[in-house]
Amino acid sequence: MEWTRYIDPLLQGCWVTIELTVYSTILGALLAFGAGMGKLSHNPLIKALSVTYIEVFRGTSLLVQLFWLYFALPLLGELIGLDLRFHPVSVGVLALGLNIGAYGAEVVRGAVQAVPRTQYEAAKALNFTRTQTLWRIALPQALPEMMPPFGNLAVQNLKDTALVSLISLGDLAFRAEQLRNLTQDSTTIYTMVLFMYFGMALVLAALMGLLERHVGRWRHRRR
Amino acid sequence: MNEPIIRFEKVVKRFGELTVLDELDFEVAPGEKVTIIGPSGSGKSTVLRVLMTLERINAGVVYVDGEPLWHEPHQGTLKPASEAHLRKMRQKMGMVFQHFNLFPHMTVLRNLTEAPRYVLGLSPQEARQRAEELLELVGLSDKAEAFPSQLSGGQQQRVAIARALAMRPKIMLFDEPTSALDPELVGEVLRVIRSLAEEHELTMLLVTHEMDFARRISDRICFFDQGRILEQGPPEEIFSSPKEQRTREFLHAVLHPEE
Repeated sequence: MEWTRYIDPLLQGCWVTIELTVYSTILGALLAFGAGMGKLSHNPLIKALSVTYIEVFRGTSLLVQLFWLYFALPLLGELIGLDLRFHPVSVGVLALGLNIGAYGAEVVRGAVQAVPRTQYEAAKALNFTRTQTLWRIALPQALPEMMPPFGNLAVQNLKDTALVSLISLGDLAFRAEQLRNLTQDSTTIYTMVLFMYFGMALVLAALMGLLERHVGRWRHRRR
Repeated sequence: MNEPIIRFEKVVKRFGELTVLDELDFEVAPGEKVTIIGPSGSGKSTVLRVLMTLERINAGVVYVDGEPLWHEPHQGTLKPASEAHLRKMRQKMGMVFQHFNLFPHMTVLRNLTEAPRYVLGLSPQEARQRAEELLELVGLSDKAEAFPSQLSGGQQQRVAIARALAMRPKIMLFDEPTSALDPELVGEVLRVIRSLAEEHELTMLLVTHEMDFARRISDRICFFDQGRILEQGPPEEIFSSPKEQRTREFLHAVLHPEE
């Protein structure tokens, strides 16, 4: 069988994988930001919420989260009289986003805490409020620090999308499995899939690199 | 003497077991230029940091411009100050740090306009005009669009001085402003501080090891030892005829380090 005949179905799968990756990475970034800042909050309730979220999603398997949201949640919804059945894409994005968000939250917290104490002192001496100090002084300096680990997480997330094939989402891994069942041509198909994931990861890493340069422009100025 | 603009009353500051300020009594008159000298660990920088509200005190009362700094009047006594009170009090002071502490992600101009705009509420035009005047004062008009990392240490410290002045403080606190500089860059920073010292209104409190400079610009020198003022007086008195043995030893060690 000609390997070129696999290209079209596999590319369709790639597109779903890309969609899942983009949406869940954006959701994850927002959650990472919220929970990371929440963990630094002086409000005990916000802090407790953030810590609980981070620990629960870092401490349980992504696959189990996925199954729970897809199979268990609708049943739970039935019990309390709510329709909690979601489209597989929504469930995939939600599970992946919640997962990457929990890891990302620690990145955000770490980067904000790594801003030198002297910067906070200078901000205080100029009478900035706590909120102004965070948004105007600390975060712009923390952002470039976050980018390399965020890049790692995004690539990790891309590869984790393969798990959503298990809730019958037609992503790249799902398409590969379908083709393999049909043709038994495992070597060709999985070699192609390997390269496709690798290609997408390269593009993603390059995009994150561009973003990193953009948020850290001021760091490249030297005498 | 006028009502002092700064007054420490039996102020105690401890770091764990270590007592850094030991029932310190200390006053500064409006417009006075005071230099604090003394061995390391004697509490000199802590005095400035307490004033800038970077360090809390454990006991005593600090008055700034007639009001308690770390306290608010409450039913005839004093209670710990609220953040609103601290913000009101901070407005009276500006601080220059040993390591400049400029904001590295902002241009020089934005370092100078950020606080006036968002803390004082100046318009962009007002803030910019104020910043440009101050850059001229410190001789760095051509560096407005540079980032701090593109400047020498001396230039960064001059920007930091301008940044503090942009808030129009009544009191300027200088915490070893030249200690982190290469020797050839010290002069340009001292010249700027000296030009400020000629302003009669501005109260200045300076911690430094530059003894010649302290002698020239100060109205008064305070020698700190073990969290207290051991000896104080006009520069000529302290430098020429110190009364205390500890002061003599310290000055000798600083002025003749090789002996």
